[in-house]
Amino acid sequence: MLRYIYGNELADYPILQDTMHRDRAVQFSERLNWAVTIAENGWERDEYDQLNPLYVIWQNLDGTHGGSMRFLPTTEQTMVSDHFSELLNGQEICSPFIWECTRYCLGQQSNSRVAAAMMLAGGELMRAFSLTHLLGVFDPRMVRIYSMIGASPEVIGSAGEGRDMISVGLWAYRPEDREKVLRKAGLSSEISEHWFSRSFGRPVQEMQQVA
Amino acid sequence: MIVLELDQFLKTLEQADALEQIQELIFGLRNHFQVDHLVYHWVSRDGEQYGCGTYDPVWVQRYVDKEYLRIDPVVQGCFQRFDPVDWKRLDWSTKAAREFREDAIAHGVGNQGFSIPIRGPSGQLALFTASHSTDDETWAEFMATHQRDWILIAHYLNQKALDLEKARTPEPVRTLSPRECDALTYLGMGYSRGQVADLLSISEHTLRAYIESARFKLGAFNTTHAVARAVSEGLIVIGGSARAAAGGWPGRETE
Repeated sequence: MLRYIYGNELADYPILQDTMHRDRAVQFSERLNWAVTIAENGWERDEYDQLNPLYVIWQNLDGTHGGSMRFLPTTEQTMVSDHFSELLNGQEICSPFIWECTRYCLGQQSNSRVAAAMMLAGGELMRAFSLTHLLGVFDPRMVRIYSMIGASPEVIGSAGEGRDMISVGLWAYRPEDREKVLRKAGLSSEISEHWFSRSFGRPVQEMQQVA
Repeated sequence: MIVLELDQFLKTLEQADALEQIQELIFGLRNHFQVDHLVYHWVSRDGEQYGCGTYDPVWVQRYVDKEYLRIDPVVQGCFQRFDPVDWKRLDWSTKAAREFREDAIAHGVGNQGFSIPIRGPSGQLALFTASHSTDDETWAEFMATHQRDWILIAHYLNQKALDLEKARTPEPVRTLSPRECDALTYLGMGYSRGQVADLLSISEHTLRAYIESARFKLGAFNTTHAVARAVSEGLIVIGGSARAAAGGWPGRETE
């Protein structure tokens, strides 16, 4: 199931929190060899986790982490503006309608359905809060996964070669993508709405801007 | 009754040099949206508050006197978040919260509310709130219709409030990035979005991100306004001839 959790509420889900930070350590340190910091307890955490971001987390049936990503509004301090502005030739994107999406991580047992469910969640956030885009940081493996789900971002800047490449890209909100992503995730629209309203206390369609 | 259209509101907001002027502006804006109340509420990390808006001054004083800040589920619930909040989804279950709500309704706040939290520098929290007396269905439609405008208003009001805050160290002025300048320049020259995307070799979806970002940095509501502001601030040069000219023009170093 999908959960939308702010950082300050994460400790209410100790198993989820623990396994998310451990899976992040595996993905970003072991697999990708990024220069991330691993704490003594095996957690990968960085300064942006301290800014009370909004996490979207896929929770496995046993309560553990299956996948996650982390959101911050681009009107505040973000990883992209702090660390990737060079890669973007000085483009600094700043809008309340564009949220940054970083630390997109998949659990070791997770399949493409989980990846699709997470993309679905990104879409639900865009739909609910009038967002026009998500601004993401990702590695080449994720590019393949995104493309498989049918939700490829437009890359606006990259650095490095081959496996070591890191990219920044934009996902635009396209209402028509929702059906496709729901199918790939094997989820119904109703269940996605339900998960969203359980976290945010109201149905997503209520918040959707009348076009 | 003064009704302020959004562009008038912005124009006047830009020129405001005292917080009292914002108070008047909010009345005009309230009448534009035909909502019972609009309120901007600033809370600093140490609990200092500042507000302006259309609430009955009796209610505002009562809020301060009774230290409702510590009870108010809107402030407590929005703190640390950045997603817009329908008051219905907050926790009103405690006795103190229920009594607060009754008191608020008795003072004409309304039974519905929608607040946009903004997390400013140094732990500042600002809320821009619309409140009204109506049924759930009408309110849901109302929120959906105006969410986008209210989010922008919230940010622009907070930016102004921060600018006017004396003790604050001024933020560096946001400059437009090269892509944002190019996008606004071409749009200002009359090219369509499709043509501009082609010229910049990006998709129209991505172009929109640059336009959104430029618009926000310029404090504008729409693209036309953003172009006008960029020109008046000297951030872009339109008038084609100058830009397209092969040679230099007065004041420009030839490369």
